[in-house]
Amino acid sequence: MKVVQEGKKEYWRWQEYQKILSSKNWEKSDIITAGVDVGSVGSKAVVMINGEVYSWSVTRTGSNSPDSAKKAIGWAMEGTGLELDDFKYIVGTGYGRVNVPMANKAVTEIACHAKGANHIWGPTVRTILDVGGQDIKAIRCDQTGRVTSFLMNDKCAAGTGRGMEVFADLLQIPIEDIGEVSLRVDEEPEPVSCTCVAFAKTEAMGLLRKGWSKEKVLAAYTRAMAIRMCALLKRVGIEKDFVITGGQSKNIGVVTRIEKILGIKRLPMPNWRGGGLDPMIAGALGAAIIAKALHERSK
Amino acid sequence: MTVSTLITAGIDMGTQSVKVVILKEGKIISRNQAFSGFNPKETAEKALTDALENANVPRTTINHITATGSGVEMAPNSDSTISMMGADAKAGVYLIPSARTIIDVGAEEARGVKCDSKGRMLNFVVNERCAAGAGAFIEAMARALEVELDEMGPLSLKAERASPINASCVIFGESDVVSLIHRQESKPEIARAIFDAMADRVSSMVHRLGISPDVVLIGGVAKDVGFVASLNRTLGLEVLVPENPEYTGALGAALVANKRAGDTKN
Amino acid sequence: MKQIITHYGYSDASGEYYVVIDTAKCDGCAECIRQCPKAALELVTLLVDLEDKVVAAVSEDHRKKIKYTCSLCKPEKNQTPCMTACSQKAIRCVWNPI
Repeated sequence: MKVVQEGKKEYWRWQEYQKILSSKNWEKSDIITAGVDVGSVGSKAVVMINGEVYSWSVTRTGSNSPDSAKKAIGWAMEGTGLELDDFKYIVGTGYGRVNVPMANKAVTEIACHAKGANHIWGPTVRTILDVGGQDIKAIRCDQTGRVTSFLMNDKCAAGTGRGMEVFADLLQIPIEDIGEVSLRVDEEPEPVSCTCVAFAKTEAMGLLRKGWSKEKVLAAYTRAMAIRMCALLKRVGIEKDFVITGGQSKNIGVVTRIEKILGIKRLPMPNWRGGGLDPMIAGALGAAIIAKALHERSK
Repeated sequence: MTVSTLITAGIDMGTQSVKVVILKEGKIISRNQAFSGFNPKETAEKALTDALENANVPRTTINHITATGSGVEMAPNSDSTISMMGADAKAGVYLIPSARTIIDVGAEEARGVKCDSKGRMLNFVVNERCAAGAGAFIEAMARALEVELDEMGPLSLKAERASPINASCVIFGESDVVSLIHRQESKPEIARAIFDAMADRVSSMVHRLGISPDVVLIGGVAKDVGFVASLNRTLGLEVLVPENPEYTGALGAALVANKRAGDTKN
Repeated sequence: MKQIITHYGYSDASGEYYVVIDTAKCDGCAECIRQCPKAALELVTLLVDLEDKVVAAVSEDHRKKIKYTCSLCKPEKNQTPCMTACSQKAIRCVWNPI
């Protein structure tokens, strides 16, 4: 498990929060299930009542996964009157060999992620690109959110949130702005030749010395990253509808270039601040849906 | 017709530094090194001039200059070029005649070359544009550990075990090292983990070639005692390191120049 | 049973390399795990249509460093030890250099 550095800013700063969707009262007779997703950076929990989302939490992962899981589910239950005993079934998922102590079962993150995306965007989703702080995954699924193919990339910072952060630091551009800044070029430059972040840094410094603007250097790097992500997608095959999850889904520079290369638009981000579901909870949501199905089958 | 002395030069245009070796009748008379900097061509020109001055040889007496290295196209006016692998094989066997496998670990690239007793390259493998497989990894990790690069090797030799480190990317490795420091792992153990991880990657690469003894380690990273110790453990044999291993590429180029100049004369 | 094809590997300036496992074909016999010279494979439990299925996968420790782990077997050989070991032809190693 990776320890999140204290005081170190994280990619696409996000807030820990809890949300209760409906004020309706739950009863002991309801099928109450939960999904807990302990990721490398964030731990999320979703509570479902009779298959409908009731509440969720988004929290930071600490140095120990059982505690992070407890914190996430604790927040999701806060103010609802729910207790752990009220849950019929809990599914745990997440990054690496996580330990979710209250879970009845552990399910792979890929299966949960696809199920969650299917719930958030609907049954037309066939291809999911997930770009987090540390890795890139490409998932193909059917109309039920069942995984048909998936790809996990080697541990390499190129294209990940962390790699983007290194570049933002190098160019001294606020991380929130890099997508937009990378689009401020009249003409798209050639992509940087090497995707390795460490070498691309050296290459970028050379370009700056040659008189390239920060915008142009960032565009060249962002384009190289978009090409890399498209290569991964092509491996699993691309079929509409297409969605992007993870921190990079907010990087308009990467998203625009991917759409251009693929010739496909992604489905728009749900307006989760206005009552929709936050794509960050896709894994936990999928876990809660699978929890309900597993509970029903066990009866 | 007077028989003139054969003077040749080899220039290795490395990513981090330029190395020059001058030979007189096939024997080293001068060597020089300079950071590549912003203008590698100028740097190389100066490094060559200085090397010639040190040896008290006028520029005009040079019979042949051969260039090599990843920046070979930026070399000052040379007569010919040689591939990095070809130069490694040539010089490796010249320095250590029993060498059959040569591992060259530089700042940004690592290579494995298999060769015959005459220093001819038989087969090679190159790492794939990933900083984690080259000297850049050790440099970045030393910075994260706040230890001078020169101290990393001696420090790692004090460790009895290696800290757990799994990152195979420079960028993630940096945060791994910081986490290990927070967990109060000792610096020698972290340093050893860094060398072990690096040696593991380099040996995975050369295993593709099949390893024939003797194995010779060259390139700037060969000077690092910590890396040598880790590589010996990983490969399960003792690698041989020549003197001034960072000059091997330039020496190989100079030897090739010597051969080519000799051929032209005859 | 419907297929789930898993890919573990990388794509970079040198080309793309993936260990591809067809989990519908894999019967969990673990022969590939025994034959892998780098101990890079393990059995994992996948949830397929709400049923547990035990299949081979690249192990957690190696999933993120396949570039180096698999470099011994990767070259232009069509048959790697894991592929030869598999009676179901469920595992493939795909290497497409650029």
